[in-house]
Amino acid sequence: MASVIRHISRLGLNVSENVWCNTARHISSSPVLKQLSVSEPVSKPDGVKTVTLIPGDGVGPELVNSVKDVFKHSGVPVEFEELFVSEVLGQSASVDEIMESFQKNNVGLKGHIESPFENKGELETLNMKIRRGLDLFANVVRCHSIPGLSTKHSNLDLVVIREQTEGEYSSLEHESVTGVVECLKIITRTKSKRIAKFAFDYATKHGRQKVTAVHKANIMKLGDGLFLQSCQEISELYPKIKFESMIIDNCCMQLVSNPHQFDVMVMPNLYGSIVDNVAVGLVGGAGVVPGESYSSEYAIFEPGARHTFSQASGRNVANPTAMLMCSANMLRHLNLEFYAQLIENAVGKVIKMGKVRTRDMGGYATTSEFTRAVTNNIRV
Amino acid sequence: MATRIFRSLVPSLARLSGVRTYSREASLVTLIPGDGIGPEISAAVQQIFEAAEVPIEWEIVDVMPVKGPDGRWAIPAKAVESMNKNKIGLKGPLGTPIGKGHMSMNLALRKTFDLYANVRPCMSIDGYKTPYDDVNLVTIRENTEGEYSGIEHTIVDGVVQSIKLITEAASMRVAQFAFDYARNNNRNHVTAVHKANIMRMSDGLFLRCCREVAEQYRDIKFDEMYLDTVCLNMVQDPSAYDVLVMPNLYGDILSDLCAGLVGGLGVTPSGNIGAGGIAIFESVHGTAPDIAGQDKANPTALLLSAVMMLRHMDLKGHASKIETAALNVIRDPDFRTADLGGRATCSQFTSEICRRVRESD
Repeated sequence: MASVIRHISRLGLNVSENVWCNTARHISSSPVLKQLSVSEPVSKPDGVKTVTLIPGDGVGPELVNSVKDVFKHSGVPVEFEELFVSEVLGQSASVDEIMESFQKNNVGLKGHIESPFENKGELETLNMKIRRGLDLFANVVRCHSIPGLSTKHSNLDLVVIREQTEGEYSSLEHESVTGVVECLKIITRTKSKRIAKFAFDYATKHGRQKVTAVHKANIMKLGDGLFLQSCQEISELYPKIKFESMIIDNCCMQLVSNPHQFDVMVMPNLYGSIVDNVAVGLVGGAGVVPGESYSSEYAIFEPGARHTFSQASGRNVANPTAMLMCSANMLRHLNLEFYAQLIENAVGKVIKMGKVRTRDMGGYATTSEFTRAVTNNIRV
Repeated sequence: MATRIFRSLVPSLARLSGVRTYSREASLVTLIPGDGIGPEISAAVQQIFEAAEVPIEWEIVDVMPVKGPDGRWAIPAKAVESMNKNKIGLKGPLGTPIGKGHMSMNLALRKTFDLYANVRPCMSIDGYKTPYDDVNLVTIRENTEGEYSGIEHTIVDGVVQSIKLITEAASMRVAQFAFDYARNNNRNHVTAVHKANIMRMSDGLFLRCCREVAEQYRDIKFDEMYLDTVCLNMVQDPSAYDVLVMPNLYGDILSDLCAGLVGGLGVTPSGNIGAGGIAIFESVHGTAPDIAGQDKANPTALLLSAVMMLRHMDLKGHASKIETAALNVIRDPDFRTADLGGRATCSQFTSEICRRVRESD
């Protein structure tokens, strides 16, 4: 129906599309019509969207199957272009193929790719190559307490924004003399400013009050000093948002004793890895928190804490919540708000009711049982 | 007088029977009171040690750097001599005065005595409630190199490079210490924390050194874990960890994370081990200038560090006596200091511990 309206508007009626869509939404959401029609999606695109899918290693493939099941059941108009990518197993798609796929689709859903630490001669991991190739500079992990899942701290809602293309993960290492290894950490003003601006824009868009920059500028005076200075300069452009800075060790201490003081946090690469994992641990673990990576053109949705959980692969015990929430966020990004809410509500309901829980949440359900519970709660 | 005769007889009797007793000739220990609340808490510790009849004599020194004849700031020679002679030191919180032009105090001490390993045992304190009740781990951190080498350059305007240095010598040294510590303190599990999947050469070297040393200590279980996995699991289930050994930056962050789990820096002991058998035990909290001189300070951190020192000096009997008394007093809500949520003063807290120590004899 919305497409018909769009055609009409294209004929030159010059009414904004939003107005028509809104009208359509109001008409279709009136109580009478709601009962009659299968609820009209909020905005239905012409045709089906294609999205790149990278299952990853470890339990990635199982979790991605869970997502596919849920999508099929809900009739989500999304098609997956699946790529097999792995650094530990052979015959993986090359970085060029991955980039090509993304340039076509712009959006992706990804599991974690395991980085082996046997030094095969290459210093840069496949993950880093993808991130640098697509310039995915910002990683956002929103950690908020899930109703029904009790943790040591409750009512948390913090966002961790991490610069993920430079910093300590620059993969520049050399052994000058046998037994003496140097690893370079690179911080640039452009990238620091970019991530700071991203953080403040995110805070503004989502109505957040405070941005905390996490650093170690008392020791790494030039490197983290530059990062901190860039954040301070950008903070002056956003007078409505409070800006503060904190040293990483104090930040970790505060996260475990008083995490409610944090709102949005922005930091370079390595500290981001640490704070991500601590924050994810606080709200329930790696199985429940989704994350996303952004560049100016692409968006990739992957679980917040990056662990392949390979000891559980094939055993059907992993928690698909994180991956399902990632897929919901992805649908929201693709403007399929209706389906996004459908999936989020279903997952939230299953966790709140507490009857079906995977091992990490204190229960005994398998991945497939949890997925089935979610699909049972989706009424289209 | 009779006790003095008896006490002088006991060591010789002990030597005959080959049994080690509490009595020993008094050893000299260098004491650095520190700034702010430093003098108060050092006095408290001295009082408690006297009540426990610990065979230690204190040699108090000041480590405020002075400008040497060559124009460079250095710790005064008297302090350095004392430390090198006594080998064991106890240090209160030191403040770095801003604007004086010399380096941070802790850095100066570290460089002067080559303090290569920082040991922080973190144990949940019964009576100080945190969301984490079952913490009992030790973090051992390499303290001389890694990300804190201080080697940084601005390559072009807006591009800065910091160098993280990992050497085989330093990594072997700290790994060796970690396993020795585990063995001497009845710990049976050592975990190396690293990020060798990303920093393949540097952390790879650290890991290889740890593995090599682990081969020589077959009685101790050794495994390796990524830093992010450790962080994730630490906030969910800290009881899974025993001894953790890691390079400088990870050690800094993880040791503070663990301190946060048990209640913060006000109750965490810490020890620094240097080359040549030197060991300096310290409290890691700040100087708290706002409460200095008001008898409000909490000497727990310095006291627990002093207990660690006694264990290092093999005075385990005295150590347990003082530690039990201190933990019992903290468990009692009437005697807690303000930072632990009570209303007692520093002197009340100290006298109560002294009383319990004397009672337990």
